[in-house]
Amino acid sequence: MGLIRAALASKPVASLTSPHSIDHYLEHVHPMWTVTQVRARVVEVVRETGVASTVVLRPNGAWRGFRAGQHVEFGVEVEGKRRVRVFSVSSSEKRAGRTFSVSVKAHPDGYVSQYLHHELKPGTLVHLSQADGEFVLPRTLPDHVLLLSGGSGITPVMAMLRTLRDAKPGTPRPQVTFLHYARSREDEMFTAELDALVEEAGLGRVVRVYTREPEPGAELTGRFTAEHLQQLGVDPATTLTYACGPAGLIASVRDAYEAAGAADQLRVEYFKVPSVDLDAADATGTLTFEDSAVSADNSGATILEQAESAGLSPRYGCRMGVCNTCAVKKNHGAVRHVITGEVAANTDETVKICVQVPVGDVSMAL
Amino acid sequence: MSHYRTKHAPIEPLSASNHNKAPQPLVGPDTDRRATIGTDLMSYEQLEEFGRELDTVRQRVLDDLGQADADYIRRVIKLRNAFEVLGRIGLFMPFFWPAFVAGILLLGVAKILENMEIGHNVMHGQYDWMNDPLVNGQKYEWDNVAPAQEWKHGHNYMHHTYTNIHGMDRDIGYNMFRIDAEQPWYPSHRFNLPLAFVLMLLFEWGVMYHGVELDEYLAGRMDKAEFQGRKKRAMRKIRRQLVKDYVAFPVLSLALVPFTSWWTPVLVLAGTFVANVIRNIWTFLIIFCGHFPAEVETFKEEEAQNETRGQWYLRQLLGSANISGSKPFHVLTGNLSYQIEHHLFPDIPARRYGDVSADVHRLVEKYDLRYNTGRLSKQLWSVASQLHQLSKKPDDPYKIGNSPESKALRRAKREAEAERRAQEQAAAH
Repeated sequence: MGLIRAALASKPVASLTSPHSIDHYLEHVHPMWTVTQVRARVVEVVRETGVASTVVLRPNGAWRGFRAGQHVEFGVEVEGKRRVRVFSVSSSEKRAGRTFSVSVKAHPDGYVSQYLHHELKPGTLVHLSQADGEFVLPRTLPDHVLLLSGGSGITPVMAMLRTLRDAKPGTPRPQVTFLHYARSREDEMFTAELDALVEEAGLGRVVRVYTREPEPGAELTGRFTAEHLQQLGVDPATTLTYACGPAGLIASVRDAYEAAGAADQLRVEYFKVPSVDLDAADATGTLTFEDSAVSADNSGATILEQAESAGLSPRYGCRMGVCNTCAVKKNHGAVRHVITGEVAANTDETVKICVQVPVGDVSMAL
Repeated sequence: MSHYRTKHAPIEPLSASNHNKAPQPLVGPDTDRRATIGTDLMSYEQLEEFGRELDTVRQRVLDDLGQADADYIRRVIKLRNAFEVLGRIGLFMPFFWPAFVAGILLLGVAKILENMEIGHNVMHGQYDWMNDPLVNGQKYEWDNVAPAQEWKHGHNYMHHTYTNIHGMDRDIGYNMFRIDAEQPWYPSHRFNLPLAFVLMLLFEWGVMYHGVELDEYLAGRMDKAEFQGRKKRAMRKIRRQLVKDYVAFPVLSLALVPFTSWWTPVLVLAGTFVANVIRNIWTFLIIFCGHFPAEVETFKEEEAQNETRGQWYLRQLLGSANISGSKPFHVLTGNLSYQIEHHLFPDIPARRYGDVSADVHRLVEKYDLRYNTGRLSKQLWSVASQLHQLSKKPDDPYKIGNSPESKALRRAKREAEAERRAQEQAAAH
């Protein structure tokens, strides 16, 4: 943080602007001049595949940087409403200049990912969080590292691979095995760069498996099995492994590592495409109260009622959607307004829990 | 990884929160008895229809919210920021009196905009849909000595849910004035008008004191921990407001003393004080005109028990009064000059109230209801004469709070309640 930012974030300045933060004033002078709110401009949008793109961002001085493997909240304003999703950073930590990138596969029903892929223009203002996440390489690197991914799970491990590639010459570098599963070559992100890395000496091996359209003479075929590791000569017990991908892939990898007695070498991050069945007459999914570490099957009642029956006592007032006392942050998941029937599916949005029922899995900051 | 389980759940469209019933504490002991609000004006079927029609109006606005609303509130915030910065600069120039006076006025207007069109409306959650943390109802804190948390409880919940119900809405006369003939008269009410004048000058302090709810604590209806918390939050907020207005900026102006005179910081402090008083006077006038003109109706708890959504809407309509005026006037009142529309739809952005009032007028005509509106002078006159009329000791001894008759009545009520409890306990054994 620069000297000016540090001064603006200081207590004497806060006492002059109280009860507001200095950002309440600065953002109206220039949207990028905020002191604590992380903001960025889109520099470039690169099409990776037919449905995936990489967004290059230039953050303002409030950004404290990231470590490869971390993710960031990405918010864009459309029609006055900020839509927020969480995306993995895909660029190298060692990238020159003040830019970084996130890579996103457009989900057919995903408003933000579709918007990103089709409409996002250079120059657009993006509201970010600080980078966050424990899925990062250790400070002292081991001798062997396996980066395993499936589908769009490639993004955080791609950031790791790029970071390892860009390490200063002379610094100790582990032997990297990069194993990626994609449906087909067309469906794969970063193809050209990965092709180049296959040739790069001294980094390790880059292997891709196309599960639906295998290339003739491919080393490995089909979905992940423990044999794939054997064929690549990877010993789970001595290889620090980072795996990211759909929940099914992660489950198989976990089973393989547990069978090999190497569960402590495995770091995972997985994603699940939220399945929201709006027409379902029955309540589905799990309602999680994140802050209290309590979860319960969705009963179909309002979130407030479900929280109360789970033993929580959230603040509430009118219980009819008027007074806003019960408004609380929804981390993720879709909820339906019981009066209007409107569905809200944003990450990190505030909802009145007395008039919202969960639709599928929902996580609340309660 | 969670797996999906399916089981039967009672999701029926529009019914899952029992939305068409009364808010929880308004459910009466006999749940079959229907609320009587509005039954002199409409049938129950009409009341239901009235509620549905207003729901439709609300939904139409919600569906239409977008960039224009976001741009509007940001424009108002920008204007407020500019006024505040210019105002503070003007206050630093007491050696040039036109700039100094303009500074006072600009800071006063900045505080009015902040408290009314921005603070009050943002804290209602009117802009929560934008998902912007800087205009989020849960996070916003306003430029006023009353802490947001207590104000939101007393205002958004108590006042907006139980609007004008005696014994539930603490805003009827603020425990200070006799503003409704249903309120019992006490000798202190002789000073209705002079007290109102003093409150006008100190209004933000009155709002803060009202939010601490000392009376609730002393009456044993609030536990000590809750009261201590309220007191602590109030003290912290007071400290911050006082430090900003009366320490930090005057200290900053010390830098000008070598070029001007020793009294520059004193005038900065005095000018800021006047700006705060300007804001107090304005907010007091607007708020008193919203609910206290003579024709505004109040309700008894028994009438409102088990009310439907239509009846809730009707209570809001009958319990509020509008002030007519120009567009800048509406902005300066935070669009609370559309008090009726605000009470019907407290959580839609206030800039929409003007449009919505056309729909409300249509429904008022359809059901032949009353719509209380008038110019500021008319509404103020009505409030003042109401305060004056009701300050006089009534002839009816039952309207005098500490008359032997009233005391006997309260004792009889207490005893009846105790007997009922004893019988219930005996029946339980």
